[in-house]
Parts: sequence; structure tokens; C-alpha cells
Amino acid sequence: MNIESQDFYTQAILSMSALVGLTSFLMLGQGRLLRLIFVFAIQGLLLTLTTSLAAFSLDNPHLYISAVLTFALKVIFIPWMLQKQVLAMNLHRDVEALKNNTAVMLGGASLMVFSYYVLQPIIHTSSMIMLNALAVSLSVVLLGLMLMISHRQAVAHVVGFMSIENGLFFAAIVATNGMPMVVELGVAFDVLVAAILFGIFFLHIRTSIDSLDVDMMNKLHEVDK
Amino acid sequence: MIAVYLLLLLSAAGILFFGLMGHKEDIGKLNTRINGVSLLITIWLAISVFNNGTILSGGKAFLIDSFNVYLIVLTAFVGFTTSLFSAPYMAHEKELGKLTDSRLKLYYSMYQGFMLAMYLVLTTNNMGIMWVAMEGATLATVLLVSLYRTPESIEAAWKYFILCGVGIAQALFGTILLYYAASQIGDSENALLWTVLYEHATQLNPDILEIAFVFLLIGYGTKIGLVPLHNWLPDAHSEGPTPMSAVLSGLLLNDALYAVVRNKMLVDGATQSHIAGYLMMGFGLVSFLVAALFLHRQKDIKRLFSYSSIEHMGLMTFAFGMGGSLATFAALLHMTVHSLVKSAIFVTVGHTAQIAGTQKMAQIRGLIKTQPKVGWGLLIGTVAIAGFPPFGVFTSEFLVLLATMHNYPWLTPLLLLGIGIAFAGLFRHIQPIVYGEKPEGQSAIKANLIPVMVHLGFALWLGLAIPSFLSDWFSQATLLISGSAL
Repeated sequence: MNIESQDFYTQAILSMSALVGLTSFLMLGQGRLLRLIFVFAIQGLLLTLTTSLAAFSLDNPHLYISAVLTFALKVIFIPWMLQKQVLAMNLHRDVEALKNNTAVMLGGASLMVFSYYVLQPIIHTSSMIMLNALAVSLSVVLLGLMLMISHRQAVAHVVGFMSIENGLFFAAIVATNGMPMVVELGVAFDVLVAAILFGIFFLHIRTSIDSLDVDMMNKLHEVDK
Repeated sequence: MIAVYLLLLLSAAGILFFGLMGHKEDIGKLNTRINGVSLLITIWLAISVFNNGTILSGGKAFLIDSFNVYLIVLTAFVGFTTSLFSAPYMAHEKELGKLTDSRLKLYYSMYQGFMLAMYLVLTTNNMGIMWVAMEGATLATVLLVSLYRTPESIEAAWKYFILCGVGIAQALFGTILLYYAASQIGDSENALLWTVLYEHATQLNPDILEIAFVFLLIGYGTKIGLVPLHNWLPDAHSEGPTPMSAVLSGLLLNDALYAVVRNKMLVDGATQSHIAGYLMMGFGLVSFLVAALFLHRQKDIKRLFSYSSIEHMGLMTFAFGMGGSLATFAALLHMTVHSLVKSAIFVTVGHTAQIAGTQKMAQIRGLIKTQPKVGWGLLIGTVAIAGFPPFGVFTSEFLVLLATMHNYPWLTPLLLLGIGIAFAGLFRHIQPIVYGEKPEGQSAIKANLIPVMVHLGFALWLGLAIPSFLSDWFSQATLLISGSAL
């Protein structure tokens, strides 16, 4: 596949997926919470741009609505809420020492390769572009999981959770030009409610363990101890 | 069709109303009445489906066929009987000072929210909406798990939220892949409707559908509580208020399994292979065996029975995965009796914990001497869930065993072993609880055991003789799912 021989829209989508993948890696290695949230907002912005681009090129007006929703939720509301929490808890000075950062990054890279491997059968039915876009979305999902595993702060877990949603959204836009409107509205509603619930939870966790470090939530065990 | 709209509107109205008025005296009775009316509506719906066959609403938004209509009735029934139990239970918790007015508002409002999400999962014709409603069910119940605001309950709720949220995200990826495969055929606006998907099942790309099914199984499997995705389940069941445990075990797990089975029907049609079934059998069998072993190491009575739920859900997943008419029939029957018996058990466990003032099994003793009704209820419930005749669980487990012996004889010993281990695990804990001397200062409480008797009565009836209309119904659903009549 020669990227220069593709049309402009395809080139743009491919670059966007590369950038979205890159932001996921940036988040994975980030120890400072405010910077993590900032990168997350950038990922949201990239998603908004991709959506508007698809809406414009494919002449699909309902995608504009989801672009606006994405912008409002993922670029403004959620980062703002998380930032407020971090400042309130005075966590912005802490640098979370990530255990074996190298291993995590290498793991992330292998997850990306794994995504390509899993989605390989799709090539038979469609173009390389689709494979690239879908594989990047899947790896954003998996990298989000990795982010949750490697970080201890509840805020980082929420960022990971929401970036998983970003990956899914990206897949929906690139592969299928967006889900049907009613589904997209439903998903956006769920994300909004989830974000609000996370806010409530931070409050509860702080009052109960006086910290947002999820490693301190260790009272429940699979079997008796 | 009006019945479906009424059903959904009623629960939606309930959310708003209880959000404002949920703290009033005797509000639990109103909750019971709303659920009672819902039950009547679903019975009306069931009769019309029984007479006229599958109903598809005007805008193709809702689909009611013989498979989901029986789950809708079951959902309404368990929702109703649990609300019967919940009214005095929550009033008692309030007297103990564990709950404030605003939390009661939240509780009743989200009870209806959960019911709305469950009805929507079952009635919708759109795969995407089904996902949205399934996530909605998590969002509705997550704050109920942490209703008591103890550190343990907050930890449990956080785990529930994160694990189920992340898990269900995988299901959305599966849905997107499926939509991608379906939109290649054309008509992308309707490509997520079950009716359209089933019609074109053979044209869908089998490679993509196989990948999609893996994601869907992992996603919805998290909600079913399949091992190794089950960690949230015992925590959420043990730390939340007991009526919540009853509806989570009796309804949420079933509806998640419903989602998986619907997808399996589709994938089977497209791939013409048994790959989806093998995956479900594997996950199901592992869950069944692992949960049976974990039963032995529990200390908390609610955790004990939540592992028993995982075990039974594993068995159902296994049976649906095996496919064929006998196994599917058995799985449908097992879904019904398990819901009935397990919610009955959680009701008695709720009373037990209130009598003893603790959920730790080592400290609960002499239940029959303290309050015979509750003690016998717990004992009979345990006998029923362990699969003793003459209860319905015996019938369905026996049918699963028969189907296994017929199709995969070498798996039969594993199943028998699992059933034996689970039986021992339950009885070594429950036997000293119900028998034995009663400790000082333990006294009877005001308990409403009508739901328990009704549920166990039904389970007994299903074990002795399945009424002909019900077996016709199961046969119709079996035909729909497995493609062959019993």
C-alpha cells in the first residue's frame, strides 16, 4: 500500500489513527496526573477532528452531532472534572513512580502488534486502510486496559476507562461511518452518566480511605484470609 | 404492542417519582404495586405473543418473540416478589439507622431504573440499544452496591463499576465489528436490528463474525460472571442491600446470558460451524468447576450464594453452548428455576443476616430454633439449589447431564464431580447454621416469607410436572434458538 496513491480523505484518516495511537502510548508512560489528563483531552480533540472530517467528506450530517457530543464530553467536561479532583486532592505535585516502565511500554507495543494479528482476517473483506484503522482502535482499547493495570491512582483508572471508550468511538467512525444515531446518543448518555458517577465515587473513596490510591482498597478477597 | 410501551413508561415514571418521594412512609408498598402492575402487563404481553406469535413494533424498535417474552415475565415476576420483600427490609434498615432519606430515594428510584434497563435489554430489537441498556443496568445499580457507604461497599462498587464497564466495552467493540460486517450488505441504518441481522445471517462474513463473537462473549460474559471475569460478582452481591443481590442474581445475570445467546444464534447462522458453541462450553464448564471449588472457602453467607450463582450460570452457558434441542430446553428451564430459587434464597439470607446481625457464617447458628420459618426456608432453598429432587433444579440439571452424555460423554464425569463438590460446599456451611443451639440474645424478627414460599412452590411444581403451556412455550423458544424441535 502506497499512502501517496490514496485519496486525501484516506490519508487524513490514516494520519489521525496514527496520532490517536500515539496519544495512547503517551498516556501509558505518563506519571503525572495533570499531564495525563491533558493528553487525554488531546485524544478527545483528535477524535472530534476525525468525526468532523468524516462528516464533511462523506456528507453525513448526523456525524456533526456526535462530533459536538465528543467535544463537549471528552475534551471539556471529563478533563475539567478530573482536573478539579486532582487539584482538590493536591495530587498534582506527586509523580507516580511507575514500576518497570520499560516493560509496560514494551507490553504496549506488543499489544499493538497483537491487535493487527487478531484483525488479520478482515483483510480478505476490505482494504488495508480498514485493517489499520480497526487495529489502531483495538490497540487503543487494549492500551487503555494496560494503563489501568499499571497505574494506581483512581484518576488514572478513569482516564484509562474513558480512553477505551475513545478507541471504540474511533472504530465506529472509521469502520462504519458512525453507528445509527439512536445508538450513538445512547452511548453518549451512558458515558455522561458514568462520568458523573465517577465524580460521586471520588468523593466517597476520599471520605472512606482518605486517598485516591486504589491499592488501598484491599479489604475484599476471593477467599478467606 | 401497547403493553411494551406501558411497561417501559411505568418504570421510567417510577424513576422520577421515587427520586422525589422515595423517602416517604410506606413508599415500599407503592414500589410493590408498580412492580405488580408491571407483572400484569407482561402477562398480558405473554398471552398475546402466545396467541399471535412474534410481535414486531411499528418502527421495528421492539421485538417480542417466544424466547424473550418468557424472560420478560420472569423479570417482572422476580422484580415483583423481591419488592414484596424489600419493603419491610428497607424499613427495618432505616429503623436501624443505616440509611438516610436521600439514600432511600436513591434506592427506590434506581430499583425502577434497573427494572427499566432490564425490560429494555429484553424487548429491544436493536443490538446497539441492548448494549446501551446493559451498561445502563450497571450504572443504575452501582450506587446501590455502595448504599451503606462502608469502606468495603465502596470498594465493591468501584470494582463492579470498573470491571463491568471495561468488560462491557469489549462487547461494544464486538457490536461495532458486527455492524461493520452487516453494513457491507447494505441498508446500514437498519443493520443493527435483530430482525434484519437474522434475515441476512448467511450473508454475513464468517471471519469477522467469529472475531466479533469473542469480544461479545467476553463483554457480556463479564456480566454473566464467567470465570475468570467474575471477580466483581461476589463483592457486589455481598456488600449491597440484600434485595439488590436477589435481583442481580435472579435477573441481571440471566439477561446478560440472553444477550450472548442471541448473538450465538446469529453467529451460528453465519459461520455454519460450532465455534461459538465451543467457546461458550469452555467458559461455562470452567466457571462451573471453579465456582464449585470456591464455595468451600467462603466465610460470608452472601458471598457463598453468589459463588453458587456463578456455578449455575456456568452450567447454563455450557448447556446453551452445547446446543441441540435437549440442552437448550434444559438451559431455558434451568434459567427459570435458578432465578426463582436463588432470589428466594437471597430473601431468606437477608432475614438471616438481620436476625444474627452479621453475614459471617461462623457467627450464625441455631436458625431453626430462633425462627423456624426462616431456618427451614434457608434449608429447603439450599436443598433446592443443590439439585435435589423433587425440585426443578434437579430436572434441569438431569436434562443437561442427559444431553452431555449423548453429545460429549467424556464431559459427564466433570459435570458430576462439579455438582458433587458444590453440594458439599453448600452443606458444610449451611448445616451448622440452621441446626445447632441458638446463641444468647438472638431473637426472631418481623419477616415476610411469602415470596420465598411462592418461589420455592413454583420450583417444586416445575420439578414435579411442568405445566403443558409452559413446556409448549419452552419448546417454541427451543425451536427458535436451536433450530430443531424437542
